Amino acid sequence: MLEQIEGSKAMAKVIGLCRPQVVCAYPITPQTHIVEGLGELVRTGDVQNCEFINVESEFAALSVAIGASAAGARAYTATASQGLLFMAEAVYNAAGLGLPIVMTLGNRAIGAPINIWNDHSDAMALRESGWLQLFAETNQEAADLHIIAFRLAEQLSVPVMVCVDGFILTHAMERIDIPDQAMVDKYLPPYEPVQVLDPEDPISIGAMVGPDAFTEVRYLQYYKQQTSFRLIEELSREFKREFGRESGGLLRNYEMADVETVVVAMGSVNGTIKDVIDEMRSEGLSIGLVSLVTFRPFPTRALQQALTQAKDVIVIDKSLDTGMGGPLASNIALALRDLAHAPKMHSVIVGLGGRPVTKAALHRVFRQAMIQPWEGSHFLDLNDRVIAREIHRRGKARRSGPAAENILKILESEREAAIIPTETRP
Amino acid sequence: MNEMQKLKFYQKGTLTVGNRLVDEASRNVQASLDRSNSLTCGHRACQGCGEALGARYAIDAAMRASNRNLIAVNATGCLEVFTTPYPETSWQMPWMHSLFGNAAAVATGVAAAMRVTGKPATRVVAQGGDGGTTDIGFGCLSGMFERNDDVLYICYDNEGYMNTGVQRSSATPPTARTATTPPLGKETGNVFGTGKFVPKIAVAHEIPYVATASVADLHDLEAKITKAMSMHGARYIQINVPCPLGWGAASHDTIRLARLAIETGLFPIFEAEHGRITHVRKIRSQVPVVEYLKLQRRFAHLFKGGVEDPRVARMQAIADRHIAEYGLLEPVAGAA
Amino acid sequence: MLSLAAFIEGKHAQAFPSFGSERMGAPVVAFCRISDREIRLREPVQTPDALIVQDVTLFKALNVLEGLSDDGYLLANTSKSFEDIHQQAVVARLRPGHAQTVGATELALIHVGRPSPNTALLGAFTAIASIVSLGAVLQAIRETFPGKVGEANVLAAREAHAIVAARLSAEAAAVKGLAHA
Repeated sequence: MLEQIEGSKAMAKVIGLCRPQVVCAYPITPQTHIVEGLGELVRTGDVQNCEFINVESEFAALSVAIGASAAGARAYTATASQGLLFMAEAVYNAAGLGLPIVMTLGNRAIGAPINIWNDHSDAMALRESGWLQLFAETNQEAADLHIIAFRLAEQLSVPVMVCVDGFILTHAMERIDIPDQAMVDKYLPPYEPVQVLDPEDPISIGAMVGPDAFTEVRYLQYYKQQTSFRLIEELSREFKREFGRESGGLLRNYEMADVETVVVAMGSVNGTIKDVIDEMRSEGLSIGLVSLVTFRPFPTRALQQALTQAKDVIVIDKSLDTGMGGPLASNIALALRDLAHAPKMHSVIVGLGGRPVTKAALHRVFRQAMIQPWEGSHFLDLNDRVIAREIHRRGKARRSGPAAENILKILESEREAAIIPTETRP
Repeated sequence: MNEMQKLKFYQKGTLTVGNRLVDEASRNVQASLDRSNSLTCGHRACQGCGEALGARYAIDAAMRASNRNLIAVNATGCLEVFTTPYPETSWQMPWMHSLFGNAAAVATGVAAAMRVTGKPATRVVAQGGDGGTTDIGFGCLSGMFERNDDVLYICYDNEGYMNTGVQRSSATPPTARTATTPPLGKETGNVFGTGKFVPKIAVAHEIPYVATASVADLHDLEAKITKAMSMHGARYIQINVPCPLGWGAASHDTIRLARLAIETGLFPIFEAEHGRITHVRKIRSQVPVVEYLKLQRRFAHLFKGGVEDPRVARMQAIADRHIAEYGLLEPVAGAA
Repeated sequence: MLSLAAFIEGKHAQAFPSFGSERMGAPVVAFCRISDREIRLREPVQTPDALIVQDVTLFKALNVLEGLSDDGYLLANTSKSFEDIHQQAVVARLRPGHAQTVGATELALIHVGRPSPNTALLGAFTAIASIVSLGAVLQAIRETFPGKVGEANVLAAREAHAIVAARLSAEAAAVKGLAHA
């Protein structure tokens, strides 16, 4: 049924339809509305046979989910940013144990400096943890991906992270189609674990593994991910058959017929990029978009196919590996390396700590990539003047102070200089 | 009541006197042929390991109390490592290890799963050493307590991080030598005024049941596990388990040391329900702490060159304080 | 609620707050896009077609009308006129009738018993701009607050709408009168 509803509330409803049995909740902005919504649904009885557990930390949240999943229950939790890092040890553990937990990540920047707004730093920080990572482009997809994620996780016995842009999606009210219970039940059968703690059939889970077998255990994790591409595509096709709309899959092409320049991006920024691409194409420019849904496993083959004709590839990263550049760009560079006519790659870092990614800025940077490419990473809308002032200041004194506070001071002083009181305006 | 049971037994040496003299129903779980043997032979614990002994008695008692319908969650540590050298396992029961600091939370998840998958009769224990319980796992433990999750948490307290090579934990006693509190510098060994006694903190959570126990009194240990298993909600038992390696003691002195820890007053044995102490195990006559300390190389620096360090008196004061605080001394027979 | 009203009318709508720490009394901005087609754009609204100002003290703190085109609509929550709050110069560039005030907080206090001006403002907004109808706004209010609270808010919205509508037709009549003179 179509509803005008907040993204988080829609996700809560759809996760509820997935019949989770154990939901662990710990508050962290911007995912909190999701677990609040689920808590309500459990209290009202809309979601039945479900334990809603308020825990004392994210580390405990995922640990409770680990215990529940190992004991045969469908387990869910959600987190963001610092919370994901706080549970990092358990994130790896869930993957290593092969427990099909589904977790929503309300993507948010990581401090310091502390920042509650959106970027993809959190997901990127744990991209090697062994979880599958799916990125939602819209709130409809954010809701839908959870249905796919439970199915995918349980089929593979691997945990799945659904990455949803914090605030931009989680806090936006939009028109979302909430499926009915029967449809979800048809798509998502009850959880049938491949390993379970059962007094009738006792096993040990989590044994110590030495050098003689650790590589093999890890290889099997790798093998599972590398052979999951077809399943991910199949589940997306099946979803379309059952629910009548496209969600999930490896990647989606937009206006990609014979284009010279291709933008690659993940998450909600693809919406804005599509509007920019429409406008640029109407001006006769040859530009298309690959919207990457599955980041882990990284769909190298599918990307190579999509980008094989491209001359320029512009990669949009919403996070920064400070010693390297954009993580998505690094991954795509590896994928492009094997192409016969490898396109030129342009890395753009956007939207860090919630900086709005505007159409105007994207227009500028896409054009610049075509006519005046840059080396390394381009930072969209970087305030060069402030950077120059701070670098200059630092050169003058050893005890230059904390960078974040200094930059805020510079910005404040510039603002004060620019402001003329409203009353005295002509 | 069997006449024999009115006798009071004080165990001496390593002979478990009780099994031969008490009636069958009161004999310990290990004495019975149908014990579950959950932690079976072949594991890799050191000779004289107090933890292996404690875990064997505790888990078998819990298995009997649950009609073998039990799942165990284990923190990282000695017990986890010596029982599951891949691909072997000593656990003849469903057993899971996740991380060092999350056993209590994982057990919460298992207990929740039992409720939602229609197996309410399946019980859950979590177990860990003092490092995994009083330090790194303390947050999860406290969370499990305050939510009153249906988990029995057993801490095998050997007073340090033995698995990693004997480092100080918050359960390491003052003056004890560890790799991170070496007998060097001005104040040798672990310093006074630090550390915490988690059973008291557990009592402060007002959970249904808290107890301390010792491998020196296995009847008492089993009885407490059985009692804890008869209850629901969060329960905590901390068992004093000497570590020959970490304490620098002879393997054959494990039970002796455990008994001395009780009889000196250093490790008080008590039970508490819903925030109030309900029972205390009395000491017939208090043993001076010197007798306990001298058997262990971790305290050897207190007796260097045949001179007794003044800190021995401070250790004695701690023992005396426990005696007074918990009322550990049995009234002398005939006294008013 | 505005986005819900648009949804009720079969339109696509995207509503989102300007995100920040939740602190009472801090200035906040919320955005709403309404369209007949799917809305893909995710940037904050920089050039709004309409502005609703819930607290007129903001006029003194910042340039509230930044980005608003000369064709845009402005509705401010005050029982006074723009002249009374010394903002006539600021709103002068807008087309006649496009800048209106309504005492939404007072209406909310009368009908709802709480100083929550949003529903009254929405009712008034449907009088100055034909983006969504009053009927859709009333339905959205009832869906958001079922029962008595909803009906009280409906009354506030209706009265606010009536006040602004009456003023607009009076102004229109005056303009007509001028034209005839």
